[in-house]
Amino acid sequence: MTLLAAPALSETAMSICILCILLVPLAGAGLSLIHSGLGRSHSAAHSMVAALCAISIAALVYFVCGFAWQGYPGHPAHSFLVAGKPWSWIAAEPFFFRGLEWNGSPSSLVACLQVFSVALAAVIPLGSGAGRWRLGPLCLSTALLAGWTYPLFAHWVWGGGWLAQLGVNYGLGRGFVDIGGSGTIQAVGGLTALAVAWILGPRRGKYGHDGVPMAIPGHSAVLVLFACSLAWLGWLGLNSAGAILFAKIEPGRIVLVAVNTTLAAAAALLMAAWITRSRFGKPDASICANGWVGGLVASSANCAVVTPLAAAATGAIAGALITFAVDWFENRLAADDPGGAISVHAVGGIWGLLSLGLFGRFPASDANLLPGVAPETDATWAGQSLAQVVGVATLIGFVFPLTYGLNWLLNRFYPQRAAPEGEHHGMDLHELGASAYPDFVTNIDDITQR
Amino acid sequence: MKLAGFFLLLAGWAIVLAALALLPPALPRVVFVAAGAAVEVLGFALVARSHAAHPQEGW
Repeated sequence: MTLLAAPALSETAMSICILCILLVPLAGAGLSLIHSGLGRSHSAAHSMVAALCAISIAALVYFVCGFAWQGYPGHPAHSFLVAGKPWSWIAAEPFFFRGLEWNGSPSSLVACLQVFSVALAAVIPLGSGAGRWRLGPLCLSTALLAGWTYPLFAHWVWGGGWLAQLGVNYGLGRGFVDIGGSGTIQAVGGLTALAVAWILGPRRGKYGHDGVPMAIPGHSAVLVLFACSLAWLGWLGLNSAGAILFAKIEPGRIVLVAVNTTLAAAAALLMAAWITRSRFGKPDASICANGWVGGLVASSANCAVVTPLAAAATGAIAGALITFAVDWFENRLAADDPGGAISVHAVGGIWGLLSLGLFGRFPASDANLLPGVAPETDATWAGQSLAQVVGVATLIGFVFPLTYGLNWLLNRFYPQRAAPEGEHHGMDLHELGASAYPDFVTNIDDITQR
Repeated sequence: MKLAGFFLLLAGWAIVLAALALLPPALPRVVFVAAGAAVEVLGFALVARSHAAHPQEGW
């Protein structure tokens, strides 16, 4: 196997890629609205402001140092030798995007996509911290995610790092493959959401003295379900851009990516609706929304290398997993996650990565998924599956302890949770001084105070 | 319990990496990767139990 430089894109591929990248912010907008709608009305404005702050901090920190540590295949990186094989662990690019040529080159397109992707990853933990996460610590936590955790794992996967080189070094298929970011964006964000939920603790009144969780319904199902449509558009862009940049597919195959993304989301939603109807008598709107987004999340990893039937199966299994995971995290693991971020992004993302090993097929004649490996590399089912398992083991065994440790340390020096009276009056009044819905009686606490 | 859980998470990951680097591309590698993943699951269960035992700890 020989190492190759990443090939340049054709004019058509570059134009389509730019269009797709410009759709990605809609995914972030969708997630922000979902988190706001699934939270309580007296924290709705805070939730949206927090999302904008997280997006801003993530983009700026990634610009300062994130891309320098993520890098691009073929660019300078720090490596060490393990049993004679090079393990690239972090990039060595200049800070502040210096050295990038903004002319539509693959590296500049990746940098542009990554600014939006890291912002999307930064929005995910807000779902689990809704209603009790203070704005200041939230911004610092986002800076840690965008400046360290995300770029490090993204280098390993998309920057020519050791996970991407598993195929070259150890003959494991095409190496760890994550086309649209099921692991790099979604699982990293979802595991950070889990760390945040556990460190913050549950919302006041979420668990009774006997430990039984109480239902705290979201304040706007309409907002949540509309946001699902926005997220769909964003994911079509995200998966398509990822497929062009990281899987090097021909522009014509974007149609397969779009169909697979949609089928996965549709199957996941229907599965979630069917399961909740079977269990509770009626479909649950919030679980259906979580299922839809979970299908999108799971589709990201394999959208360009599976058949439509496999994409639908991926989505259906994701819908089932997420429906049970929401209950499991709330009832068994005491993780109060108002937005369902842990189940949707961590569980859905990890399932997406594993599903690529199960369903993904890489024709030998196809352009290579890893821009460092010659096309003659063969991808066996067993080798590819093992590579995906190694990637998932890295997420759970390294990324989760890392992001938990960073947030735990931050919490020691700068407590992240709002004061009890802040939670009682709502984060809108406590942190912003104004309510999202000033003309309305918005929750039962307001009525009881009168 | 929480600390032990995180230790097991990292130890499981180390087993996975060691299996990749040191073992031949055959059944032993697959078995050791699976063993590393199992250790991680154990570690995650410990971390989860430590939080589930004190759901009100955060406030």
